Amino acid sequence: MMNLFWVIPLFPLLGFLISAINFRHFPVRTNGWIASSMVFISFILSLFVFFDLAGGASAQTIILFDWIKTGTLNLPVELLIDTLSSVMLLIITGVGLLIHIYSIGYMRDDDGYRRYFSCMNLFIFFMLILVMGGSYLVMFIGWEGVGLCSYLLIGFWNRKHENNDAARKAFIMNRIGDLGFLLGMFLIYYTFGSLSFNVIFSKAALMLPGTAVLTIITLLLFVGATGKSAQIPLLTWLPDAMAGPTPVSALIHAATMVTAGVYMVARSNILYSLSPLSMSVVAIVGVLTALLAAVIALFQNDIKKVLAYSTISQLGLMFLGLGVGAFAGSMFHLMTHAFFKALLFLAAGNIIHSLSGEQDIRYMGGLQKRLPWTFLIFFTGALSISGIPPFSGFFSKDEILAAVFSKSPVLWGLGIIVSVMTASYIFRLFWLTFKGTLRGTKMNTDSIHESPMVMLIPLLVFGVLSAFGALPLFIQGIDRNSLTTFLNPVFKNSNEILQNISPVSSNTKYFLMAVTLSLIVLSIFVTYTIFVKNKHTPAEENILRKGFIKLAYNKFYLDELYDTIIVKPVNQLSGFFRDTVDLKIFDKIVESTGRLVMYSGSKIRLLQTGNVGFYLFAMVISIILVLFFNLIK
Amino acid sequence: MQNITGTLPIIPIQHYVLFCTLMFVIGVAGVLIKRNALVIFMSIEIMLNSINLLLVAFSVYHNDPAGQIFVFFVMIVAAAEVAVGLALVVMVYRHTHSIDIDFLNKLKW
Repeated sequence: MMNLFWVIPLFPLLGFLISAINFRHFPVRTNGWIASSMVFISFILSLFVFFDLAGGASAQTIILFDWIKTGTLNLPVELLIDTLSSVMLLIITGVGLLIHIYSIGYMRDDDGYRRYFSCMNLFIFFMLILVMGGSYLVMFIGWEGVGLCSYLLIGFWNRKHENNDAARKAFIMNRIGDLGFLLGMFLIYYTFGSLSFNVIFSKAALMLPGTAVLTIITLLLFVGATGKSAQIPLLTWLPDAMAGPTPVSALIHAATMVTAGVYMVARSNILYSLSPLSMSVVAIVGVLTALLAAVIALFQNDIKKVLAYSTISQLGLMFLGLGVGAFAGSMFHLMTHAFFKALLFLAAGNIIHSLSGEQDIRYMGGLQKRLPWTFLIFFTGALSISGIPPFSGFFSKDEILAAVFSKSPVLWGLGIIVSVMTASYIFRLFWLTFKGTLRGTKMNTDSIHESPMVMLIPLLVFGVLSAFGALPLFIQGIDRNSLTTFLNPVFKNSNEILQNISPVSSNTKYFLMAVTLSLIVLSIFVTYTIFVKNKHTPAEENILRKGFIKLAYNKFYLDELYDTIIVKPVNQLSGFFRDTVDLKIFDKIVESTGRLVMYSGSKIRLLQTGNVGFYLFAMVISIILVLFFNLIK
Repeated sequence: MQNITGTLPIIPIQHYVLFCTLMFVIGVAGVLIKRNALVIFMSIEIMLNSINLLLVAFSVYHNDPAGQIFVFFVMIVAAAEVAVGLALVVMVYRHTHSIDIDFLNKLKW
């Protein structure tokens, strides 16, 4: 199986082609099952690869073909499979499979059913290329491809103007990040003479820590990561991306694509561990993003917006982990986050579906009785993201926080604040949605119904994974995470460079755990008091808000800020170039050339009298003149 | 034939040149002054033939038969040109009942 791993991405590509080619005699509804089965085949193959690697097979690189080969420039298309990419393969195909099946139910009555599944399959294909790429170039192809699919799916309901705007915003902000990625790639090629991971990482391992060029490379790559993973400063596209269908938000904007930045930094771990400055930048940007997004999430009223900010916040936490050198811990959190965030999004999808499109939590409430399964599953997800043991979110978050504590207690403190806020906003959402009485209008209360089995079964699987997905990893003991051991070949060199093998002692660790846990439980209790006991509901849209709440409710005016300092000046500059430079200068030059020819033509054509005698005379005179001037020359 | 080529060089080349120039100028003057299309045609033929004569004269003086070959080509082209030109004149006459070129002033602006 290990030699054939390159066929894994081909199945989603095939599914994409089948759905996209649009066979007329195929019933439209079969496309969902075809797409799902293609992802299923990839998932089975990924499992084989995973077990091969777990059984001791070594990492493999294959060169599929030479892409660009001119002179000294040689860029082959190569794929790499190692423990890191195999974990990512399992997450992508596994989560992708469940979300595909869920979509069959969710998108049942949609006109764009076929288009939806073709885009989803294409997304899985590009995501697999991204994580299987054996060089930055191949990774970049996948990186751009998932960006494209994200654009197509955010703007999926393209009849609405706002959705198209959101799609364009996501695309453009990603492009800014991609510019950083591209520049980083150029610098890598300039420095190492290759884009292939094997060559770069083995050469980089010989360099001194703190080399300037490595710092620049890693910072540029991190710019790319901030774009894809919605970190400060390129974070405002992700909440808008919720304009797409909810399963898309679950798959692309929570579980897989937005984690590509985390994966990329983890993949380049050696480069990062050799530049302490970049590590600090990653950690600080991560923790600041986590804080900012968590604060915003506390005051949002759109169920999907809360989850979107929660995603940004959790991604920030992963970057914090990467920044302190806990690469395996971040990958672990990436995995559990994929489970519980996909779960939360899909459960939110159920709620939105049953309320015929209502997304505002102020009009929800009391859904526990109407949607018992969704309630149970959402509760599991909320506990998992809050970090209550033994739910999987607890282990991964704890691993990151322990690593952070050993590096910097200040960052750890900020991490704790993020954790507490996480529990608060998710339980605020939970209580407001499921407890109390329904505050919605009569119209959308009549149709409340639990979702069909095809949507519930994937949710149940996610529920089990969010609850107990992390437990099998600790089969060898609470301090021996199997995932860390499994990923060790990839991170070995970095761990040696960073020398962060000395973790905090068990007692400290348990003490930290207890502190975190009690704060989280307290925050859950506080939210329960506010939103269930005192039946507090967030203020209406038009109520005047003051001070900090106003600031957080309006997302710290980030969109307005970018609008003022970037969008408007660019628009004005473009307007200046259009109105003044183009219309008044260039157009004038071009038009007056034409006008000159027209004018002179209108005068000169009068010479053409039509009198043959005159023509002959002119001809003879001209010939004589030509001869004369030839003679005197 | 042998005899003629032998006697030609007796007359100096300047005379030929002068004579041909004269003929050519007569042709040009005819083209410029006359308004009858047929006369203009004849003037053009005079110009062509003056050139032909000059070519023959030079070819004899330089002992190079290429000039005389050229003359044949010029004659052929002139014959073809006359065929076309006379056809044009006939058509013009049918339309305007005149071969005065001053009537042909429709082709302008």
